Order: sequence, then C-alpha cells, then structure tokens
Amino acid sequence: MDLNIVWYILVGVLFTGYAVLDGFDLGVGALHLFVKKDEHRRLMLNSIGPVWDGNEVWLVTGGGALFAAFPEAYATVFSGFYLAFMLLLVCLIFRAVAIEFRSKEPWVWWRRTWDFAFSISSILSSFLIGIAMGNLVRGIPLGSDREYQGTFFDLLNPYSLFFGCTTVLLFAMHGAIYVSMKTEGDLQNLVRGWIPRLIGVFLAFYFLFNLYTIVDAEWVLSTVRAKPWVFAVVAMNVLIVLNIPREISKGREFYAFLSSCIGMCLMMMTFGLTYFPYMVRSNPILENSLTIYNAASSQKTLGIMLIIAVIGVPIVLAYTASIYWIFRGKTTLTKHSY
Amino acid sequence: MTTEILARVQFAFTIMFHYIYPPLSIGLGVVLVMMEALWLKTGNPKFHNMARFWTRIFALTFAIGVATGIVMEFEFGTNWATYSRFVGDIFGSALAAEGIFAFFLESGFLAILLFGWNKVGPRLHFFATCMVCLGAHFSAIWIVVANSWMQTPAGYHLEKLVDGKSVRLPEGHVVGPDDLGTVRAVIDDFWAMVFNPSSVERLTHVLLGCWMAGAFLVVSISAYYLLRGRHLEFAKSSMRVGLAFAAVSTILQVGFSGSQTAEGVVKNQPVKLAAMEGVFETQQYTPMTLFGWVDEQKREVSGPKVPGLLSFLVYKNFKTPVVGLNDLPTDDFLKKRYPDAIPEELAKIRPGYWPKVNFTFQVYHIMIIVGTALLGLVVVALFFWWRGWLFRIDFIWTRWLLVALVLSVLGPQIANQAGWFTAEIGRQPWIVYEILKTSESLSKAVRAEEILASLILFALVYILLFSLFVYTLTRKIQHGPDGEEDSEEMPESWKSVIRKPSLTD
Repeated sequence: MDLNIVWYILVGVLFTGYAVLDGFDLGVGALHLFVKKDEHRRLMLNSIGPVWDGNEVWLVTGGGALFAAFPEAYATVFSGFYLAFMLLLVCLIFRAVAIEFRSKEPWVWWRRTWDFAFSISSILSSFLIGIAMGNLVRGIPLGSDREYQGTFFDLLNPYSLFFGCTTVLLFAMHGAIYVSMKTEGDLQNLVRGWIPRLIGVFLAFYFLFNLYTIVDAEWVLSTVRAKPWVFAVVAMNVLIVLNIPREISKGREFYAFLSSCIGMCLMMMTFGLTYFPYMVRSNPILENSLTIYNAASSQKTLGIMLIIAVIGVPIVLAYTASIYWIFRGKTTLTKHSY
Repeated sequence: MTTEILARVQFAFTIMFHYIYPPLSIGLGVVLVMMEALWLKTGNPKFHNMARFWTRIFALTFAIGVATGIVMEFEFGTNWATYSRFVGDIFGSALAAEGIFAFFLESGFLAILLFGWNKVGPRLHFFATCMVCLGAHFSAIWIVVANSWMQTPAGYHLEKLVDGKSVRLPEGHVVGPDDLGTVRAVIDDFWAMVFNPSSVERLTHVLLGCWMAGAFLVVSISAYYLLRGRHLEFAKSSMRVGLAFAAVSTILQVGFSGSQTAEGVVKNQPVKLAAMEGVFETQQYTPMTLFGWVDEQKREVSGPKVPGLLSFLVYKNFKTPVVGLNDLPTDDFLKKRYPDAIPEELAKIRPGYWPKVNFTFQVYHIMIIVGTALLGLVVVALFFWWRGWLFRIDFIWTRWLLVALVLSVLGPQIANQAGWFTAEIGRQPWIVYEILKTSESLSKAVRAEEILASLILFALVYILLFSLFVYTLTRKIQHGPDGEEDSEEMPESWKSVIRKPSLTD
C-alpha cells in the first residue's frame, strides 16, 4: 500500500466522519419544522447543541486534508462547483447562526424565522452535498488542463438531484434516530413513530438510487463486476438499516443509532471502493480524470502529513469520545441551553 | 482584470469580516483562563461570576468566528484554483495541521466550556477553558505560518510537469505564463517552511494584536458599567484584569513586536517597506513621514517629515540609507525577467512590481497611529490606576478617561485590519512573494459573474450577521452579569471542591 492509497483512505475517513456526525445534525434540522412545540424544538436544538460545532470541523479538516494531499482535486472541485459550494457555505453559516440566535429572544416571529432558517439551511446543505456526490459519481467534464468545463446548471442533472433527495432522506432518518436516543417522553414518542416510515421511504429511494446509478453511470456496473465484493458491502448496509427498527422496537436507541452510523460508514465505503483510484472522474473524456496519483502532492508531503495524522488523529478521537461521553444521556434544558 | 479584482474583493471582504472575531476569541480566551485561574486560586465567587459573564460574550464571538471561518477553508480552492495547484504541497499541510491540531481542540472543549458547568467538576472545566484557549492559539500559529510562507517562501523547490513526469527546476527559475498549471512548489524541508524567515515575528505581532482585541473589549465593557454606575464590583474586578492584560500586550506590541516586524520587512520585503513609508528616493538620513499623502505620479509624499528617523528605526543609526522604490525591485531582479531591456525600459517596468503605494502607506500609517494612541491611553489609565483615581467616577477626568476606554475597543480592530491590509496589499503584485503573481492565480473555471453573485450573497448575509452580532452583544451587555455581586451561581456540587474565600481576599 503506497502513501497515495493511505491518503485516499484518510481523506475518506474524514469525510465519512463528517457525514456520520454532521449527518445527524443536518437530519435534526430537516425534521425541526415537523416538531411543533417550542419546548420540543429547543430540545431538538440542544440535543445537538454541544456537538454540532465539533462535527462541522470534520468537514473543515477534510477540506484541509484534501488540499494538502490532493491539491489538484481540491482546486478542480471547489472552483468547478463554485456557486453550488458558495450556496452550501451560506447554508452552513445560516445553520450555525440559527442555532446560536433562535432562543435568544422569546418573540414568536423571531423563533419562527430562525426555525425556518435552521430547517431550510439544513435541508439545502444535505441536498447540495448530495448533488456534489452525484456529479462526482457521474463524472464531470474536465479539460486537459484539469479544469471544470461545464456550468452551474450542468450540475443540476436529474441523477444528481435524485442523489440530493436520497441524501436528505438519509440524514433525516439518521437525525430521527439520534433524537429518539437523546430525548424522552412526548418528543421521543413522536419522533420514534416516524422512524419506520423514514426507513421505509429511505430504503425505497436507496433501491431506486442504486438502479439509477447503474443506468446513468455505466462505469459503475463494470467496476462492480470487477470487484464483486462491493455487493457484500451493499448487502451488509441493507441488513444494518433493517436492524434499526428492530432495535427501536426493543427500546435500545443507542444500538439503533450505532447501526445507523455503521450504515452510513458502509455507504461511504461503497462509494470509496467503487470510485478508487479516481478522485474526480472526467466525463466524457476519461483520460482527463484526476486520480490519487496525478492529483497528489509529493511523496514527501504525504509522508509528513501522515506523521501529523498519526500524532493528531488518536488525540482527536480520544477527546471527541470523552466529550460525547460527558454529554451522554438525555438532553435537558438549563439556563445555558440554546 | 475584472475577474481578478472581483476575486480579490470577495476574498478580502470575507476574510476581513471573519477577522473581526478570531482575535476577540483568542484574546478573550486568555482572559477566561486568567479569571478561572484566579477563581480556583482564591475561591472568591466574584471571579466565578466574571468567568461566567465573559464566557457568554466569548460564545458569541466564537460562534460567528466559526460560521464565517468555514468559508475561508474552501475559498483558496474556489477563488484561487491555480494558486492552490501551485502551493498545495506546502500551503495545504499548514491548513490540514490547523484542522487536526487546532479546530478539533477548540470546538471539542468548547462544548465543556459552554455547556459543561453542571456536567464536570471545576478543575476539568478549567482544563477545558485552557484547551479552548490553546486551540485558538494553535489555529493562529498554523494560519500565520501559511501566510508567512506566502510572504517569505522557504524550504521548497519548484517542479514542472513534463509528459506526466515531475522535473525539478533550477533555483531562481522565473515562473512564466506557460508554467501555470504545470509548475508547483514542492516541499524540501518542513521545518524550514514552518520557521520561514518571517513566521516567528509575524506570529508574535498577530497574537499580540489578538490579545489587545480581547483585552480592550473587556476594558471597554467594564468602563461602560463604571460610567453607568452598574455592576460596580464586577466592573472594577474585570477592569483590573482587562487593563493589566491590555497594558502588557500593548506595550509589548508597540514597544517591541512592531519594530521587530518592520525590521523583518526591510530585510525580506524591501519593496513593501518602501511603499509603507512612501520612500521613493534612496538617500542618507532617510526621513520618516508621520502622516501625509503619496502622489504616485510625481513620486512625492506630502506631510511632516522627521529627517533620519526612518534610517534610525530600521538600522539604528541616522545615516544608513533606506532603499527607495526608484531602485526597487533591483535591476538584477528585473533583468532576470526582461533580459533584453535597456536601463530606461527597466525604469518603466519597475512600477509594475510595486504595490499601490499610497494605499499601503495609508493603511500602514493608520495602524501606527492607532497603535500609538492605544499605548498613550494605556499609560494614562495605568497612571490613574496607580494614583487610585481609576474608579473615582465622581472625578471629571476619570469620566473622560472612561469614555475613551469605552471607545478603545475599536482601536485594536482598526489596527488589526489595517495591519493585514498592509501585509497583503504591500505584497502585491505577488501572491507568493517574488514567485507567483496574484493575477496568475485565479480559478480558470470561474467566471466574473459567479464571483459577483457570491460577493453579493455574502455581503447580504454578513450585513445580517453583523447586525445580529451587535444587537446580541448589546443585549448581553445590558443584561450584565448574573446574580448579585457577592452571590454565587455556582453548581452545588462545585462548592465543596472550592475552598471558601478567606477574609483577606
């Protein structure tokens, strides 16, 4: 295994960490407007209160690691998806600000406005992340200079829009499970009632999504034929998602949430395994694609970065786990709450 | 051209807005550590109440700092794709290190700092406060290292992609138009990159600026309470901590770090220094212009001058000439790029390698004037403190001083922004000093309209954000610290851990 592969995995781990962790934050946001009582909305917000900020850091660090390890991919993707990305950034700003300011004033119009901002920006963020992923799967038109040659509207193709919808559903399901783990009483019962339906809809979308992928991105089929064990990952994913309602019905929300997290990791793994060794696939001219070799930094930098990661990541994981441990249990409202 | 200007304006706008907040967080972070340490040491509940109140202010600045900071992590790729391809091997490492070592630390322990009052014991809470403060400083370290590498690149060589293979370019290779997209900087020595010639002095300068921003915020709010006669005990204690911290950081900044940074600029970026001081002609006893206006056409600076002062500040003697813009960049530098040019042509080419002189001059002088004024204010305030007049609000001079202290919060903000303008505008036309030009670094895939659209979007969002910030900050200040002066809002479980204050406290 060379350093390029190690960094492909490490960047993948960072973005997977982001999807799993901020995924439930964004999902809570997507469900926010469906919960009507003010106290319940505050509980939803405060269930992610202490952690959403740290979860977002996975995205920032993933971006930094992509810049350091695969600068060509960083440059191509973010300049190519310019407007889509700016919209995502604005949504993430709104999400942060809505969490911070919503409960600062008691006025109904104030809270309604921020609830709306929080929810819409969370949904739109998930949707835009899905669109970006969808375009990476389909491949985007790259020139021989590795620059994106399409426009903003080319990104909004049906497949990527469908990918976006699936992502919103995935995060909403994940968020619902998280809320049911972190709350009790009325709110928990309410959200728990949604979970089987969310899982049903999600699995239907997931099935269609896989079909659509094979139809729309032909390379996927041939790649998966060459790597048939990818099917095993997909099958495990379906099983683990089906395990969620079982755990919920037994009242073991933590295991339900864990299953959901593993399911998301498996989904990211499916993507990573199938996509390897590409960073950005070029469609229609495949030769212009960015791979983990032609997009990478020098071996020396990859080596230095590996040392940084080996020192930093265990420490990060240790205190992240401690912080989740300190804030374990059901969310309650105090005077420090949002 | 318009794409370049728009990309620069958009980047400058988002980074300027962002940079209102991190200095406050870094400075307030130190203040929080001091207050919690005082409280753990003395057990006096007033320090606990102070820590609580200033944590609420900190939470606000931190939240907006994070929200606007994510944008910055990706804007190198969105606006400056060619630059990102060129420097990713080096610049990217510093950014990734910032994420791993700084952001996780800050945001993780922030949860305990803000929401952990009832979840953990006082010592662990203090530890979390220290970690948040440390994380904020780490973040400053890595980002200033990255920026300093752009000012004084070191520890790298250039490589060109030829037929799919990287070829090492000789030292002193001049990056030309056909090199863009195929040439990149590759690291030789990581530590030489981290400790590049300007990073230590620039980091010191930036951190002191951040401390001043946090310290003067505390001073300003405390002075406001004193003037209004509200929360007097709280305000006096906060003022003592804030003013002491403000004094130390201002004296270090204006007295030492400032001149050290300038000496570094003379050595490493003489063009920038000449533009900052508006020096065109190289002459002995180089005068220093205190303030004025630069006529770039006539190459003249109007305004009061002190003969020999600039020579003295730079070289510690009045005679040694400071090289002026008429001789910068040097002929050798220009000849490398224009081998066939005759001397008259070189003289015409030369101004193309200057930054906007008057702009650089003005922002630099704003920073100097504001910094000096803050130093003066701090000295007067210390004198009042020493004489015991600082809290005598019936005394008219004290009231005037307090009014000045209320306004002082703007000083570090103006100086910080002006200082960054000096550093970044003064580096132009380069994005990586004397290697890559800003105009060559744009994203080829991005059109001017897209940048304009995003600029308008961010302008609207940030105006909203700034109004919310000011509104909420004002509300928090009006609300003031919780509880009566001597009552405690400490969790019950903490009280047994902390010893009661003795009568002498």
